[in-house]
Amino acid sequence: MDRETGLNLALLGVMLAIPLWAMAADEPFLVTLTTRAVIFAIAGIGLNVALGFGGLVSFGHAAFFGVGGYAMGILASHAQGYMPLIEWPILVEGTKSMPVIWLTAICASALTAFAIGALSLRTAGVYFIMITLAFAQMLYYFAISWPAYGGEDGLSIYLRNAFPGLNTMDPIQFFAICYALLLAVLFLVARAARAPFGLMLNAARQNEDRVQAVGQTPYRLYLVAFTISGAITGLAGALFADLNRFVSPSMFSWQTSGEIMVFVILGGVGRVFGPVAGAALFVLLEHVLGGVSDYWHIYLGAILLAVVLYARGGIFGILTGRDTANG
Amino acid sequence: MSVILLVEQTLNGLQFGVMLFLMAAGLTLVFGVMGLINLTHGSLYMVGAFAAAAVAARTGSFLLALVASIAGAAAVGTIIEMAVIRRLYSRDHLDQVLATFALILILSEGTRWLFGSYPLFLDTPPWLSGTLMLPFGIEYSIYRLSMIGAGLCAAAGLFWMIARTRIGIQIRAGENDREMIGALGVNISRLNTLVFAIGAGLAGLAGALIGAIQSVQVGMGEPVLILAFVVIVIGGIGSIRGAFVGAILVGLTDTLGRFALPHLFALFMDASSATSIGSSLASMSIYLLMAGVLLLRPRGLFGAT
Amino acid sequence: MADPILDVRGVSKSFGAVTACRDIDLDVRPGEIHALIGPNGAGKSTLIKQVAGGLAPDSGRVFFDGQDVTGLPTAARARLGMGRTFQISSLAMEFTVLQNAVLGALGHRGGVFRFFRPAMKDAGLLARAREALDQVGLAEFEALRTSELSHGQRRQLEVAVALTLEPKVFLMDEPMAGLGAEGSHRLMAFLDSLRHKAPILLVEHDMDAVFTLADRVSVLVYGEIIATGTVDEIRANEQVRSAYLGDEALP
Repeated sequence: MDRETGLNLALLGVMLAIPLWAMAADEPFLVTLTTRAVIFAIAGIGLNVALGFGGLVSFGHAAFFGVGGYAMGILASHAQGYMPLIEWPILVEGTKSMPVIWLTAICASALTAFAIGALSLRTAGVYFIMITLAFAQMLYYFAISWPAYGGEDGLSIYLRNAFPGLNTMDPIQFFAICYALLLAVLFLVARAARAPFGLMLNAARQNEDRVQAVGQTPYRLYLVAFTISGAITGLAGALFADLNRFVSPSMFSWQTSGEIMVFVILGGVGRVFGPVAGAALFVLLEHVLGGVSDYWHIYLGAILLAVVLYARGGIFGILTGRDTANG
Repeated sequence: MSVILLVEQTLNGLQFGVMLFLMAAGLTLVFGVMGLINLTHGSLYMVGAFAAAAVAARTGSFLLALVASIAGAAAVGTIIEMAVIRRLYSRDHLDQVLATFALILILSEGTRWLFGSYPLFLDTPPWLSGTLMLPFGIEYSIYRLSMIGAGLCAAAGLFWMIARTRIGIQIRAGENDREMIGALGVNISRLNTLVFAIGAGLAGLAGALIGAIQSVQVGMGEPVLILAFVVIVIGGIGSIRGAFVGAILVGLTDTLGRFALPHLFALFMDASSATSIGSSLASMSIYLLMAGVLLLRPRGLFGAT
Repeated sequence: MADPILDVRGVSKSFGAVTACRDIDLDVRPGEIHALIGPNGAGKSTLIKQVAGGLAPDSGRVFFDGQDVTGLPTAARARLGMGRTFQISSLAMEFTVLQNAVLGALGHRGGVFRFFRPAMKDAGLLARAREALDQVGLAEFEALRTSELSHGQRRQLEVAVALTLEPKVFLMDEPMAGLGAEGSHRLMAFLDSLRHKAPILLVEHDMDAVFTLADRVSVLVYGEIIATGTVDEIRANEQVRSAYLGDEALP
């Protein structure tokens, strides 16, 4: 077992130990805080598929986080108001079932990512950054100005959605659900990264000419990666909405896109576990610095600046002494 | 809808477009010359607005406030360029985005710390208040007309500077071949700082001019920054001419869309759903415009193909 | 004489007022090495791009294996059997040597959109990749990171990746550039044997190599092919001497 694998397991262990300890010590707030980190980690893993493996600098992943959140909000609000979602041509009811909501969130955000990706990937580099940012902003304004689902005020859901056999209102049980999903996502992404798709995508990031010369089309690889990436972040959005029992347009905001990117960078780009470390560190900083000063974003900014200028591999880069995970 | 209203809205669109140009010009110059994607441009816009509001509150002079907005934003721009930004020119776009995102956090929270969370108000001066009678019985705000005038003057000045002055020649050379201007004995590092400061000053001016008709608050810059991104994606990154055309297009599309779409939908649905659907669609109109341009010309209207 | 596998007919390309290629005819026949030579800026790279894909000619057609490929993208031409090596090494530098070779085998086999089984444990891909590495003499370096390879080894790896594609023609853009004398000789011996596997369109500056290896030579000057013929014919051609070779003595 090399050093990085050890770090990965230690990280997962700590993220499991904290809420278990907190439950024993009757500190439900810490459980919720760790759940938040777990959900952010999933969002970051999603972005990392595009950013780390494909080199696609998306500054618009709030779009998928928000679509996932609103998928949950819309389905649950219809269910709690006993209003059918669609009456014609077939009757579609809202739902409070988490698995159904997750599936909807994944499909809706994948579809959104496919549409945004199909357009944005016609360009590259700095255009791509600006365009993904702009499309997320479009959804932000749409969410604000569309009155049916709360507009600017957002949507509240009274009770957390249901998972068969579990009491989701119990913080530790909801944590368990999120943690299990994190493990599942980590496993699948780690497999995909080493599978033919991951190898070819990684090669496209390094050298598009090479990928074309062996008979493959970078655009298709990027589009599939971007779609998967959006779907994972969308799942995180649905979980985040369930955590807060609230969705609002701020899930679509450019700050959200920036923060998801920060999870990836703080941890280390291109490493499967990077966003997990980054999200954990982010929530820790938010909690600790937020307690020290109302203006904690100044410190966050300074730390981020230092990481970008002096520690390009993020936490994992510092701890393993290697900037990237390949080789 | 009346013709008078339409003309008025068109002028509003023009005014918005001209302000967007002031923002977009700096972004596109900085990208063209230094290859930098600069998210702090929105913060410089905010700095300009705050500098103007502070000076106006002290002196009561709107003109001094405008001077302060340009000087304040240019000064802050120079400082961050020398302290941080110049280390980013050789980095990839991801690093540039992250570092300038970090600077936004610092500048926004720093401003909140200095000025508090409540919006400041910058009043239009009495000599620019009221309305002006235009031909055909159209009444229009003098201040907004002045904004169009001031914006167009700034644009003309910028075009003149790039076409006619030594600095302009160096900027154009820098866009084409960075190594060459070094070989010509131009101090690149000073040129970069200067270009960045000019862009910052224009953004600061836009912040002050718009701050007087909206409120001056932390976070005011980023929505405008993203609009400016849309503008330069449409116009073609690096092209000042593209930025101008893109800005006017976006300004008109946004303003006229908000005005016309609810009316349009009212023709075939009830008033309240027409308003909500119309305004939701209007809020998306410029992004759809951008998507359309991307489909036809992925490098923008004036971008190098 | 056998039908050409690659046939370029009347291809022209200009950029603004500059004509990079004018009415080019060029073919590559089974079993041969056809060298394309010409001074810098003669339009060799532009021509290669129009053959391999990535640049559309203004007029003229490119036929490959009996099929008109003029409008096809690069990836499609590669799948049809064009094995290209680049003038400037275009490898995945962060990958190991073996990973780069597997990449070629994978691109050729297809099935890229698989998400579960590790590519580097696929016996079929590994076998093909190792075979190609063995042929160019890189087998012992398979675990090395590509960025650690010497310049010459990168050239060899380029050729190995092209081999994994089992191409019907090789398009090689200056494979000798930057190689030392020993490296050049080794690569020359290898190319010499390769022509029986698939013919080679060889763009090369190294005149020794060209005149030793080539079955035929085409001379490109200012975007026009001024002569095509055997090595001896080209040596004897007055126009080639004055236009391209100047006063230099031919080897």
